[in-house]
Amino acid sequence: MLKVNNLSISFIQYQAGLKQRNLQVISNLSIKIDAGEILAVVGSSGSGKSLLAHAILGILPKNAMVSGSMLYKGAELTPEIQKKLRGADITLIPQSVNFLDPLMKIGEQVRCSAGSGNPREKQKSIFRRYSLDEKAENQYPFQLSGGMARRALVASAVVGGARLIIADEPTPGLHPQIVRETLGHLRELADDGCAVMLITHDIGTALSVADNIAVFYSGTTVEIAPTADFKGSGEALRHPYTRALWNALPQNEFQPVEGFQPSHSGHLKEGCLFEPRCSQSSQECKCSTPEIREIRKGKVRCHNAT
Amino acid sequence: MQLRAENISFRYGKGDWILKDFNIELNQGEILGLTGPSGCGKSTLAKILAGYERPLGGSVELDSRSFPSKGFNPVQLVFQHPEKAVNPRWQMHRILRESGCQDDSLYRSLGIEESWMKRWPNELSGGELQRFCVARALTRQTRFLIADEMTTMLDAITQAQIWHVVLEYAKQNNMGVLVVSHENRLIERLCDRVVCLRDNAAGRT
Repeated sequence: MLKVNNLSISFIQYQAGLKQRNLQVISNLSIKIDAGEILAVVGSSGSGKSLLAHAILGILPKNAMVSGSMLYKGAELTPEIQKKLRGADITLIPQSVNFLDPLMKIGEQVRCSAGSGNPREKQKSIFRRYSLDEKAENQYPFQLSGGMARRALVASAVVGGARLIIADEPTPGLHPQIVRETLGHLRELADDGCAVMLITHDIGTALSVADNIAVFYSGTTVEIAPTADFKGSGEALRHPYTRALWNALPQNEFQPVEGFQPSHSGHLKEGCLFEPRCSQSSQECKCSTPEIREIRKGKVRCHNAT
Repeated sequence: MQLRAENISFRYGKGDWILKDFNIELNQGEILGLTGPSGCGKSTLAKILAGYERPLGGSVELDSRSFPSKGFNPVQLVFQHPEKAVNPRWQMHRILRESGCQDDSLYRSLGIEESWMKRWPNELSGGELQRFCVARALTRQTRFLIADEMTTMLDAITQAQIWHVVLEYAKQNNMGVLVVSHENRLIERLCDRVVCLRDNAAGRT
């Protein structure tokens, strides 16, 4: 359904006076999502997860330069097509319920994103689907409980019949029951034939619902692995960063890694971006950037992966 | 030394009681977990224990004495969102100096880079900022640390990194830590004892 190939994004920034610099924030990123699939995009803050979502929707700021290709159902996503598709075929479930309009009744909010057809009927049926009371139709967001507001948010995102759904950090800081419910909605949508991209920093959330996991580090994909590979002490995983992420979970080893993710001040260094923190680093890792390659039904960007 | 809240009650304005005759004590060197559903008053309790809010009934005592009203607060609170807990118009070195914390080895173990000191808060990621907030709270005078969802917004590696430093520091300095979180697996990993807060009553496990 969606295919992103070698996407790079950089920002032009002014330094002092009229001096400009180019800030590379995403480099050579590739992912693909099929209908019926949930792809979780996992990475720490600043790894470029949200920028990818913005790039797909075509809502990057004006000073962004994009290269590489994005295909939606086989057709190139140009700015004109993006403008037509976003909100209709491609939709975003935002992070927080603060994205609901505080001054508009819930029913009306859902109706105005219903698109073609009879908005009132569509709204009624989506309310039934997400067990929202009829009463909620005439209520304002502040009158709903947290869980209901979240359901309203999902309802207004999917009421227009979107096929590609991007959920940007839909669960942090929520009560486990609401987390399960929100993730359950995503699973249902995928089972109905939608493609779902779940952006999160929490690998536990990702594992509980996704089919495949794409791991981001410093603006690129280091590994794309089936969820089933996350088990034991991570032997089935391909990239050392993915393994470290898995072993850092409190229910596993709770093992930290020294250092920090390189940030994008100026240009990125040569070689593998994880190399300074990697226990298996070699001379090759220092000087040449690994290409992404296919290993054991997954993809990995590492010289040493087997 | 002991931080003890006795029979505290609290509500905002004329709303419902969030806490009613609630008791909790945190000993020196102890890692105590606090869990409960959202909206049950975990964060309110954290603020009361750190002296940001005064309870309407009952008392919070530090070593059987009431809270010091001025000077350094020996009970330090670290919030969930670091970007809201730092002054956006101060550079990082000034934010650290706010608490008088000057411990280079602590900075190193938290993974704080020398070059970050000259940056502004909006030039650092959430994980990087939270390291500064933790460093700022860990001073010689800090006896208790209240961590209110301290690592909820962070990735697993940064979470493990920060907690290893905090636990080590607590052990060396005999500091008590209250871990407020809804992530049960994290609580199980970190804590000696867990208090579950629900519906104005404290159950204990």
